Amino acid sequence: MEEWRKNKKSFAVFMIPATAWLVLFFTIPIGILWIYSFGERGPQGQTYLAFSFANYARAVEWIHLGILWKSMWMAGVTTVVCILLGFPLALGIAFAPQKYKNPLLLLIIIPFWTNLLIRTYAWIAVLRSKGFLNFGLEWLHDKMDYALTTVGLGSALGAFEPVQFLYNQQAVIVGLVYVYLPFMILPLYASLEKLDKRYLEASLDLGAGHWRTLFSVTVPLISPGIASGVILTFILALGSYLTPNLLGGTDSMMIGNLIAHEFMAARDWPFGSALSFLLMYGAFLAIWLKSTIETRAAAQRERS
Amino acid sequence: MTIFSHLSATPVKYRRRLINPLDYTRRLWLQLTVGFGLLFLYAPLVALVAFSFNDSKRNIVWQGFTFKYYAKAFNNSGLHDAFMNSMIIASISTVVSTVLGTLLAIGLARYKFKGKALYDGWVHLPVVIPEICLGVAMLAFFVWANIPLGLTTITISHIAFSIPFVAVIVRSRMAGFDRSYEEAAIDLGATPWKIFWDITFPYLTPGIVAAALLAFTLSIDDFVITFFTSGPGSTTFPIKIYSMVRFSVTPEVNAASTILIALTVILTVAAMLVQGRGEKGMKK
Amino acid sequence: MTNQNKKPPIIEVRNLIKRFGETAIAVNDVSLDIYEGEFFALLGPSGCGKTTLLRMLAGFENPSEGLISIGGKDMVGVDPSLRPVNMVFQSYAVFPHMTVAQNVGYGLKVTGVAPREIDLRVTEALELVKLEGYGTRLPNQLSGGQQQRVALARALIKRPKVLLLDEPLSALDAKLREQMQLELVRLQKSVGITFVIVTHDQDEALSMADRIAVMSKGRVEQLATPAELYEYPSNRFVADFIGKTNIFSATVVGRDGKSLLVDVPQLGRMALPFEGDAQGEISLAIRPEKLRLEAHVASGDKVSVKGKVQQLAYYGGESHVHLDCASGMSLSVTRPNGHRGSYQDVIVGEEAFICWDSADMLVLTH
Repeated sequence: MEEWRKNKKSFAVFMIPATAWLVLFFTIPIGILWIYSFGERGPQGQTYLAFSFANYARAVEWIHLGILWKSMWMAGVTTVVCILLGFPLALGIAFAPQKYKNPLLLLIIIPFWTNLLIRTYAWIAVLRSKGFLNFGLEWLHDKMDYALTTVGLGSALGAFEPVQFLYNQQAVIVGLVYVYLPFMILPLYASLEKLDKRYLEASLDLGAGHWRTLFSVTVPLISPGIASGVILTFILALGSYLTPNLLGGTDSMMIGNLIAHEFMAARDWPFGSALSFLLMYGAFLAIWLKSTIETRAAAQRERS
Repeated sequence: MTIFSHLSATPVKYRRRLINPLDYTRRLWLQLTVGFGLLFLYAPLVALVAFSFNDSKRNIVWQGFTFKYYAKAFNNSGLHDAFMNSMIIASISTVVSTVLGTLLAIGLARYKFKGKALYDGWVHLPVVIPEICLGVAMLAFFVWANIPLGLTTITISHIAFSIPFVAVIVRSRMAGFDRSYEEAAIDLGATPWKIFWDITFPYLTPGIVAAALLAFTLSIDDFVITFFTSGPGSTTFPIKIYSMVRFSVTPEVNAASTILIALTVILTVAAMLVQGRGEKGMKK
Repeated sequence: MTNQNKKPPIIEVRNLIKRFGETAIAVNDVSLDIYEGEFFALLGPSGCGKTTLLRMLAGFENPSEGLISIGGKDMVGVDPSLRPVNMVFQSYAVFPHMTVAQNVGYGLKVTGVAPREIDLRVTEALELVKLEGYGTRLPNQLSGGQQQRVALARALIKRPKVLLLDEPLSALDAKLREQMQLELVRLQKSVGITFVIVTHDQDEALSMADRIAVMSKGRVEQLATPAELYEYPSNRFVADFIGKTNIFSATVVGRDGKSLLVDVPQLGRMALPFEGDAQGEISLAIRPEKLRLEAHVASGDKVSVKGKVQQLAYYGGESHVHLDCASGMSLSVTRPNGHRGSYQDVIVGEEAFICWDSADMLVLTH
């Protein structure tokens, strides 16, 4: 590592272009947003500069608080489902024979590379009233109807009514789980992989069963990885826009959708900016939490 | 007198394969769970791709294999224009962000300065901030600066969020670089520029190529930020698909989606291979 | 080679084979018996299969073929948690997120022992390994040697029939290692259970074990007491692996009653006491400490060869002298430095006669 002063010209060549771009087209926009968050909305939707906290106050008003809480609820449920589905998957990869590990990991990641829009759209085809799920249910219904008819209970089931799977909270959660599952699996896999399997062997040797070993030894020892996955999944799900937009209905508006609404239809940019910053602060808090946990875990590993 | 004395002298072979206690993945229940998980991950995508070839408007019942929806998609002028727009934006964004990001990565790897940790954190912010916030911030900026929304604004935004990704990838490639090669060259009298082009740059090439491929993918795939910085006549491929999706679910949309999937997967696989091959080259 | 006692063995292994994949065989048809109360060692270079064998006894690997019984019961396919054995791992595997007391009591807690009894037995176990008062400490506050004692206490508290130890002393420094060697033997005698250790360090095995199985490439080369192994190695590998040896070739020419007649290059014809079957080319071995350096040719039954000192290695209590002899033979002599200054008796470049008693020579048929 050189001290920059020694070679000021080189230093400038390397650092200035990217820095200039990011200052101009990243920091300034964020700064403008920040200033707007203290502003006021004019009658035709213009933004007047002011020094008011009114927007932030509005954000925690009852109706908006509802959306915030609902977003956190949906992000929370998503995270829980991701843990329940992701942990066995991470376990399956971590304990697979060596030659299968990378292929399995790749298999998990490939869907992640595809476009978010398309991943979400794929679920529309599955969940809508003329979608695969209802198609399957209808098939089942018809088969059962047929069976009952032969027994003489012809119209016991009645006509098939497609189930409303789409445009509600459940659909959004399914979509979010689908999109963010890899973010849970990867940290879990990484920490399971690094775990010294001798600890598990010692636990079994001492008389503990496999489930006991899981809860008394494995989980405590990978808790930083679990925390990482949970925090990451939660904060990403919380900030999502496209998935609730495509899969959700009137009861499943999330913070991202509200922000978009304020910037488009409602034309209340100051309020939208305030909401954006609340979301950003949340994201920063989560990242800080995550890195603190990780550094503490690394330090502990150094000591022992 | 042992417990085995009643057994014959022939060796005992184990017919059913005994599973070691920690070989969890050999156990059926875990295999089923992993299988179900993979099914969950792939079924919707496979269905989507499969039904792009379905000869039926209804999209559920399989009625025959056809390419006609791909033809339809290719002939759709809206889709075609959007695709071209995406390509143009992605190309420019890739070139600029790769150059800027690579320079930044080398600078960060080579120099130390006061406040570097803070600077480092700031440079990585675009990765951390939720896309919706970035999108509306860019919108607010362009409106305030009186720049009309269009291909330019989209490209500018794409470059901005691609730079940190490029920097991260190139920097991790830099980490494996042995400075003593450079120092040997200085010792032999080479100028800084020569050293850069003859030694540093060739080593970095796999990382730079991988980063460029990633930047291209990020640009093509982006929806949220593009949505807020696009104007009339500057639709990109994902945005066009979005508007088609809002309208209805048709095999044509599936076809367009499949094209996008194929593109992304190919690019990402290429990036991985390039990075993998780079690992085998000059190492510390 | 001698049967320890007339009681049935506590561990019986019959024709045990372990294959990894299609080609690798880690354990290749091993059969042995281990008796109750023994301190038994599995000794060999890395890759000889000793650790795999130990892990099969513990239950972490399943054999490809063969039988294992512990305490009279067939153990193949039995879960490690159900076996009457406990293991001390090479890296100790002391749970980092639990205190010493929680670690030691873990094995009792998971089998449903009452908390009050757990406390009592934990205190007892900590006393046994001389770690009284360390109960509330965390493993990262302990030294390597202390962690090992926690691992020992944790295993012994379960009162297993057999304690398995995987390279228990390899992570310790030399001084501590010597201490722990004595400590482990003392512990074993006071607790009275069978100890089976795996080690690659022959000094360790020789000084601690009652019987040793020397292994190489998945097979047991020789199973005997330390003294038998050292004084009567059954083949070249064992002679070479245990202690140092001088080895040279010879040709069998016949027998003379209880002695074998051999022709040795440079030494001529010798009659060596050997009752086994031997023909053709064989190896002869002699331990370096059985050789003497003399200024003049020996008389009587002693064999002597002239040689020139090439190298001297000083070890404080003894010196190792390496000499080259006429026919290209090299010999190593271990000379005790019996008096102050006696290490200076021999100097490099000097010529001397190496003498020994032919009865001290070993005949190795393979």
